[in-house]
Amino acid sequence: MVPNGGEIMAIKDLPMDEYILKGHAACPGCPATIALRITLKALGKKTILIVPACCSAVIQALHPHTAFNVPTLNIAFEASAAAASGVAAALKMLEKKDVLPVVWAGDGGSYDIGLQALSGALERGTDFIYICYNNQMYSNTGIQRSGATPYGAWTTTTWTGKKERQKELAEIVMAHHIPYVATATIAYPEDLYEKMKKAKEMKGPRYIEILSPCPPGWRFDMSKTVEMSKLAVETGAWVLYEVINGELKFTGYSKRILEGKERKPIEEWLKMQGRFRHLKPEDIEKIKQQLDEKWQHYKKIYGGKE
Amino acid sequence: MKTAISIPTEGAMGKTGTWRVFHPVIDLNKCIKCWRCWIFCPDAAIDRNEHPVIDYDYCKGCGICSNVCPVNAIEMRREEK
Repeated sequence: MVPNGGEIMAIKDLPMDEYILKGHAACPGCPATIALRITLKALGKKTILIVPACCSAVIQALHPHTAFNVPTLNIAFEASAAAASGVAAALKMLEKKDVLPVVWAGDGGSYDIGLQALSGALERGTDFIYICYNNQMYSNTGIQRSGATPYGAWTTTTWTGKKERQKELAEIVMAHHIPYVATATIAYPEDLYEKMKKAKEMKGPRYIEILSPCPPGWRFDMSKTVEMSKLAVETGAWVLYEVINGELKFTGYSKRILEGKERKPIEEWLKMQGRFRHLKPEDIEKIKQQLDEKWQHYKKIYGGKE
Repeated sequence: MKTAISIPTEGAMGKTGTWRVFHPVIDLNKCIKCWRCWIFCPDAAIDRNEHPVIDYDYCKGCGICSNVCPVNAIEMRREEK
């Protein structure tokens, strides 16, 4: 639960508006559609979605029908942020100040292929929101390795486990000094909703990253999508924070971990996923070590401020 | 040049309920109306009336609703055909 001016926001208070229509083409148990439903509840109908090649381009289903009830521009893989700059410029010329261009891209289109367009748009100060729903692999094309795939994870192109660490795109984005950067995940819809609302009210480039556990890609049962997302935060594998004008603030469970709550053992999260099934004890040890390093870094930032 | 524009339609991919192997059944006596099933449904197939109503035309049977229910009011039953 996230305090909102003294009030506690609950799931039942979220708006009833629905912009994702029933009968779309997503896999059963898809986290991206959960995330997009909550996102559009917060952003409302005056939104133009810009979708590069990713699962969401397929979820819209077949022409001449679409399951997205907001204007959507489908664009090439690397061009989403550049296209958003164009849409923002057009909206400015038409003096439509209440319409918001929103990029909805996967981690492949953000971490790897769309990175230069994203960096360019952030640097130009384009007035838009960039949302990366991160499932840590190229799920749409059949589970290939991406820059967001964590150490040790199986994909079809790293079938003995990835040997490299993932990069932190949110930290790369932070280096552009933009007004708003946030991370969220689907297991905490109130938190995600609040962050979207906050982003909507600001101007300039805003970036939000949503961890989306993908059942076919991560190799777990489709009913456990939300559980997996929650465990990622509780074990510390995913961190919830927001950065408003350069000031970093941890939110939700991640804040509680920094205030002294014990992290759940990472094995709990790893064991539930088939993509980590081949890991040897020394691999798990290495993952633990990387995680400890990461949290020590966050503790230093947190301790320095409070 | 003609632009390819798609029209928002319910059931753009057809009746996706046919994908289902298990279907959720809500025990309304146990339901506390926390609406967790409603917000976490990836298919928006749970409607908010006085109590949650599942749209079996479009429910893909993923079982997330059953998994997130805090009072175990939703049971997954195998489809019989």
